[in-house]
This record gives sequence, C-alpha cells and structure tokens, in this order.
Amino acid sequence: MKFGVIVFPGSNCDHDAFYAASQNLGQPAEYIWHDSHSLGQVDAVILPGGFAYGDYLRCGAIARFSPVMKAVQRFAADGGLVLGICNGFQILVEAGLLPGALIRNRGLKFICRELRLRVATSRSPFTGALREGQVLRLPIAHGEGCYFADPRTLDELEAEDRVAFRYLDNPNGSLRDIAGILSRERNVMGMMPHPERAADPLMGSTDGLGVFHSLMMATAQPVRPVEAVRP
Amino acid sequence: MSTIAITPDLIAQHQLTPDEYQKIVDILGREPSYTELGIFSVMWSEHCSYKSSRLHLKKLPTRGKLVVQGPGENAGIIDIGGGYVIAFKIESHNHPSFIEPFQGAATGSGGILRDIFTMGARPIAVLDSLRFGRLDDPKTGARNRRILSGVVAGIAHYGNCFGVPTVGGECIFEPCYDGNPLVNVFALGVCRKEDVFYAKAAGVGNPVIYVGARTGRDGIHGASMASAEFTEESKQKRPNVQVGDPFMEKLLLEACIEAMHTGAIVGIQDMGAAGLTCSTCEMGSRGEVGIEIELDKVPQRETGMTPYDIMLSESQERMLLVAASGREQEVYQVFRKWGLEAVEIGKVTGDGRLRVRHHGHVVAEIPNRELADEAPLYDRPHTAPPAAPAAPPANWNPPAIADALPRLLAAPDICSKRWIWEQYDYQVRTNTIAGPERSDAAILRIKETGTAIALSLDGNGRYAYLSPREGAQLAVAECCRNLSTVGAQPVAATNCLNFGNPERPEIMAQLVEAIEGMADACRFFETPITGGNVSLYNETLGGGIYPTPVLGIVGLLKIAAPLTIPFANAGRAVVLLGGLGSSDDVRFGSSEYAKEIVGQLWGLPPALNLDQEKRVQEAMRQIAAEGLAESAHDLSDGGLAVALAECCFGAGQIGAQVDLDSDLRPEILLFHEAPSRILVSTANPKAVSAIAEQHGVECVVIGTTIENGLEIRQRGNTLGAWEIAVLRPAYENALMG
Repeated sequence: MKFGVIVFPGSNCDHDAFYAASQNLGQPAEYIWHDSHSLGQVDAVILPGGFAYGDYLRCGAIARFSPVMKAVQRFAADGGLVLGICNGFQILVEAGLLPGALIRNRGLKFICRELRLRVATSRSPFTGALREGQVLRLPIAHGEGCYFADPRTLDELEAEDRVAFRYLDNPNGSLRDIAGILSRERNVMGMMPHPERAADPLMGSTDGLGVFHSLMMATAQPVRPVEAVRP
Repeated sequence: MSTIAITPDLIAQHQLTPDEYQKIVDILGREPSYTELGIFSVMWSEHCSYKSSRLHLKKLPTRGKLVVQGPGENAGIIDIGGGYVIAFKIESHNHPSFIEPFQGAATGSGGILRDIFTMGARPIAVLDSLRFGRLDDPKTGARNRRILSGVVAGIAHYGNCFGVPTVGGECIFEPCYDGNPLVNVFALGVCRKEDVFYAKAAGVGNPVIYVGARTGRDGIHGASMASAEFTEESKQKRPNVQVGDPFMEKLLLEACIEAMHTGAIVGIQDMGAAGLTCSTCEMGSRGEVGIEIELDKVPQRETGMTPYDIMLSESQERMLLVAASGREQEVYQVFRKWGLEAVEIGKVTGDGRLRVRHHGHVVAEIPNRELADEAPLYDRPHTAPPAAPAAPPANWNPPAIADALPRLLAAPDICSKRWIWEQYDYQVRTNTIAGPERSDAAILRIKETGTAIALSLDGNGRYAYLSPREGAQLAVAECCRNLSTVGAQPVAATNCLNFGNPERPEIMAQLVEAIEGMADACRFFETPITGGNVSLYNETLGGGIYPTPVLGIVGLLKIAAPLTIPFANAGRAVVLLGGLGSSDDVRFGSSEYAKEIVGQLWGLPPALNLDQEKRVQEAMRQIAAEGLAESAHDLSDGGLAVALAECCFGAGQIGAQVDLDSDLRPEILLFHEAPSRILVSTANPKAVSAIAEQHGVECVVIGTTIENGLEIRQRGNTLGAWEIAVLRPAYENALMG
C-alpha cells in the first residue's frame, strides 16, 4: 500500500513516519507538501507530529486552513484512510474531522514518556490487527494532549465504539483516559501516542507496528514480519 | 547623520581599555566612528575574541585521524565512516539564562543548533549541562526553582518544536551557582562528507545574502554582557536577552539544507553573538576577502534603527550567506518555498575590508582580518587557585549507613532528573537507542551508515574547585568512561569552560590549570578538542562560581540493543571492574558524601591514574563487544553504594547482595569516588575476569543479583539492607517533589 505523509513546514515527525512506512514496513511512501491541492494516488494519509505552523496560536488552528487540508477533507469524505498522530490528531480535531479538543496537559508541562495503552476497539482499519483489550507500549511526546469533549460527545464516542485507545496510566488528564478516537465512518483516526516511534526493535518497542499492520490488512497487503530485537 | 563624540567614558562603557582603544586607532589610522566603536567592542569582547583564554587554549590537542575540522569554524567535524561526518559543539548561555531563564536557555539552544546546520549537518541530538543554586536554600531556593523551571522549559520548547531530541546531560546544584546558573548546550548533526559547508566568503562580486528573521533592537551588546560580572544594574539588561522562535529556526534549517544542495551557495554563517558584525567580518577574514553591505537593505523589524543598532543586534534565527553570482534565483526560490525572506544586502569585494553603508554613506570601514583575528591577546597574571579547607571538620560523626544511602540517593546531584528530561522530546527522529538515564551515555543510531554513536557530557565543579587540574582530568576520564561503559570508543571532544573573572589572578590560575589538565587527559585518551566555548566572568556581586570545565565527548560503536544500567536478571554475578579502589580522608573531602552528609568540602578530588583508567575502559569495551555484560554502570557521584542502588531501579526490581573485602571505614568504602571503576552484572564472571586480567585490571566479584532488595556487607557484617521499593522513591521523587 502507498502511504502519503503530509509535510507542514513545522512537521518534525514526518521523516519518522516516512521511515516507518518505507523502511520498517517496506511500503512505498511519499511526502505531500502543505500547499498541495491534491494528495495524488495514495492508500492512506498520515498527518505526522510536530508544530505545523509553529502552533503559537492553538495547536493545529492554522494548519486546518492550509490547502492540503482541503484535499485531506475530500479524501476522508471519499472514504480514504487518514491517520493523525500527535500534532496530526490536533489538526484533525481543529479541522472538524474528529470531535472534541486537545488542551494543555493537566500538569501544564510537555511530557515525553513511554506508557501503556489499551486497545479499546479492533473494529477499525487502524486497529483491525490488534485484539480488543490488548496492551501496547507506545511513547507520547506532547504538551497539549489532554483530550477534552462535552459529556454528550464522550457518551456518543463510547456508544458508537469510536474510542480506539485508552491510557492505562493517564499522563495528561484526558477525559475517560482517551488516547485515540475514530471518526463516525471509522476511516479517520487521531491518536496522541506515536506508533511510528515504536516500529523498530532498536527503539525499544515494536507495538506501534500493529497500527500500520492494521492499515495494510484493511487494504489487503501482505504483512512483513519484523526481526526480533537482539539481546 | 548625527555624529557622536568618542569620549573616554564612552570607550569605558564599551568595555574597551585605553590600550585597546589605541590599537583600534592604529588599525584604522584615525578615530573610529560610533558605529565602528560598537563593532570593535563586540568583536573584541571576551565572548567573541577569547582574549584571556586564547593563549592557553592553544595547549589543547585539536588534531586526530578522524578530525575533519577542528576549532575555528562554527562546529568541529569528525569522520564516522561510510562517507558521513558528524558536526558537534557545546556552548554556554549562562548570563542570559540568569536574567531571563526561559528565553535565555531557548536562544542558547537556538544558537548552537544554528552552528550545527550552518556546517551543512542536520541536528540529530542535543544534550545539556546545567548548574543551579540549591533548591532547598531558605533564601534563594524559590528563585533557583524558578530559574530551573524556566531554563528547562526554554530548552524543551526550542528543541521539541525544532524537532531535535534532547537525549541526555547532567544537572548539579551548588550554592555557588545561586546568582549565576550555568546553561551549557551541546548539539550534534550529521551529513555526507562532501556536503560540509564552511563559513568562508569567496569570489569577488558574489552576492551577500541575508536570510531569516528581521533585525530588531534585541540583544544589542549581548556578547559584551556575557563578558562582564553581574551587578545590580544587570537586571536592567533584560532587553539584551533575545527572544527565540524555534519554528522560524526549523524553517531556516530546512531551507538552508535545501539551498546548500542546489550548489549555489559558496559560504554560510549564522548570526549569533555580535550578529551581522561577526558574520560579515569573520566570513570575510576566513576567505581573505572584503565584504560591503548596505544596511538599508537589511530587513528590519522596527523603524529608526541606527547603523549601530543594526550591526550589533543579536536578533535570533538569521543567517548570512554568499551565493555564486548569477545563481541567486536558485537560492531565493528555496527560501520562498519555506516562506522566508532572503535579500541581497551586499557583495564580496577584493579589498579585505568590511565596508558598511547606510543611506548611501559609509558608516564603518574596517579591515576584516584585524577586526576578526587580531583582537587583543592577554597573558593575564595567574597565581595559585583559591585554597579550600585541607581537612574535614573536627567532631563530625558519620550517620548509620542505612540512613546515609537513601539520603544520598535523594541528594539533588544524584537523584533522578526525570522531572527535567521528561519535558524534552528525547525520541523525535527515531534514532534514540538509549535516552536519558537508561545507560551511562546516550546512544543514537545513524540511519545513514548503519552504525551508532554514544554521547556524554561531564563536568564536576567540586573536583575542579579542589584542584582545577585534576578536576579537568577527572571530567575527561569520566566522560570517556561513560562512553566505554556502553561499549563505545571515545573519539573526539568539545569543551565549555565556565569560570569567574579572569582579571583575578587566582581565578585565572583555575582556568590555566584546568585547560592544562584537560589537554593532558584529552591527549592521553586521544580525544582531541574540536571546538567549544569559554564563558568567563561568571560572578555575581563578587562571588565566583566553582571552576566548571564541562566536556562533551563522542564515541563510536556498532549498532545493537544498548547496554543499560539496571540489573536484568537475578542470580548473576556482580563484578566490580577496577576493584574497590582506595581513598583517604583527604580525597574523601570531594565526595557527594562530604557535600551532603558532612556539609562541607575539603582536601582533594579522587586520585586518578590515567593509565589504569584507560585499561579499565579498554577491558570494558571488550566485555561489551563480546556480549558478556547484562548491565553496566560506572561509579561516580556517591561511589559504590549509590551505583549499586542505581542498578536496582530497573523494571524487573532486581537488586543485589554484595560482600566487600576491605579494611576501609564503611562510609569511605561505600561512598568514596575513586574513578576507573565499573559495575557489571554477568552470567559469565570467569570470562569477564579473564578479559580484565588480559588488560591488567583488577576485577572483583562482589556478590550476586537477587530479587527486590539491596544488601551490602563488609566481611560478613551487614552495613545496610534495603527494600528496592523503599530506596527507589527517595531517588525518583526528590527533584522538584
């Protein structure tokens, strides 16, 4: 399958997402510049982490107006697979592709930490290769990752089985421990933890591969096994 | 244009001595204009000219077979094989970080990152070495906490947004840093060998292009501020501290690297200290050409700026580059893509002069070489370093070992710095094999070559205070040991020399002896100094800091799962490579135990035998290479007991039971800090001992790893036994708890 990685000028996990897709998964990948009006021929789009346009206003508040986001919106409306990681999640929320908001961490500080997540649903193209209840070890790295929404939205997310991941040790105050959510049509997912940073044995965890393997399964691609970590 | 008379007062305000002023008059053959006076004052400031240290810095070894570029450029460069090089350097931003902690530290990071990508290398790692006053001081603690919070947030903000991982460092607390924190930031980047760029102008007629943020009045005389002691008036210098914009820096990085790849760039330098002044005259001097610029063309953030303001501004996120004539459009196109302003502000000339025009008039005309490279050079008098007490206080009684260890684990210098490093994104770019506090050194893979590098920053003000020469040697030894402990071969170094006022002979003596000690040790370990930074006048209201030489050393190793600190499995042998070592009452006076438990320093730093240190490290590298160690951790602050405890803090709650065969008094045995010792856990102690023997290194099996507890005995008598669950919170929660 072909991954498209959106590059905003302040994206800084774009290379990492590209590396995970192309090197760890062995799939074709290409960068898509933020002022592109079209995504070209891709099977899934990744909005990577970073600080899209500096994020001096609200994270993702300016990025939602960029030309490429119009293309992403059209792609999503046509059923295309869109994965927003960290800043990418913040942008998807600002763009209205996902509900709620990501506000400052409860402790008001940036946190970089490896932590445990529980897979809340396997009914999605992003989690299909994972078991419900399975615990993953993934890193987070954000200052504004506290997921917030009104109770009705939260109830709705849960009723529609749209919570993808929950924190086991909630690091940022996210309501109902939400770490990742799905759109109503289940083809858009945003998550604060970084699966692309846990896609290589050398980085200490390969649990992030589950997300990518799910995408490959959803688009019916053979999954390449990952070599075991050397002791 | 109004002319400002050059009076003795004005000269003194510019921190130029009458002799220095006379030298300016001699160079120009006339009195300088006000703008020229400003230009000379920043270029000849201690910060830019190293006028007090240059003479002694020459003693440092700078060559080696891997060194591609030594001191004199924006960063040092070494060859890591496979057609790739790394560029790295450390710099201080001490003075600004005291005045305005967040922005001071942020712009410190910004400055060193620019130094790296100016060379064509993409930054892939940052480490920081920090010193603050005590957080628990009843009078100054609150302010020190504020400075610590601001500095860490500033480094985090800049690096996290820019997209470089902050993978390690050190943080120490002493009363002497109360009014003068130290913020030293190390950065490292990687690029192909043929893609290295130099800060050299060339080609008469080539355009000189200004790129990046607009010039404002911020930071004027920042370099001069960093070259004076702090007084009450320093608080008024807040406008001298610049404001950082990491997003702008990220754009500059991407645009510069892309523009470099067009082949249209001849030379490039960032505008850091002394801004436009420094970048123009240094590029001209290095290329032995002249540079003529027109200030009306310089993008400006404010109106009414004078030539003096524009030339001396230290506004951040600006670069100066020389392009090949006729290929300007290729450069402009790249910068336009990244939304950056790029403007031709002048040309390279053949007359070797820096000529500055404003509204059509020449406002400054100075020969580049004299300005950049012929700053005054001082052989400042130096006597003997200030003396410390020779002996421990009479009448102190050691507390029970059972209490002393948890107290030391919670001591600010020793305790976990998680509160700091969790605020840093230490993983971005997915190269971090071992990040903060996982191994003795940070380890990064180099994707381009399929190899790895290890990085460590070390300095010990306590040791250097008691003996500047031995302290500097110990810092080099420890830094190399950290690298060897993860199996890396140390290859090259950068240094940051933080000292007080060099005009005081006893302080100058500290500087001279530290440099000489460092030179000896770097020569011995074959880790040439490829660049660095000197920060003098670290004094507030007459109180000087401990002399604090900080080393950043880079090592090379094969890519593999990292050798980490915690014991991994129960039932393994605990081996002390290098042996129990020895100390006495005099050497014990430099230990963390003396500082925290006795409450005073005295005597001398631990005795270092360079030859033994080298053999221990060689043995350790071989043990690592043969895959014999399951964990490894060197002994440093807090000695054996603290190192043992730190090895117990892994996910598996594996501890140890050890029995030490020694005559030393228990507190000395457990807490003395003799170097050249590494704790290893292994399933194969015979093989480890055999390697130690081959290298002529003492190696003692002191015990076995067990579950959940740490027990230390001396010849069968239990000195202390602790549950890990009790020790660990003391270590984990002490900082800012």
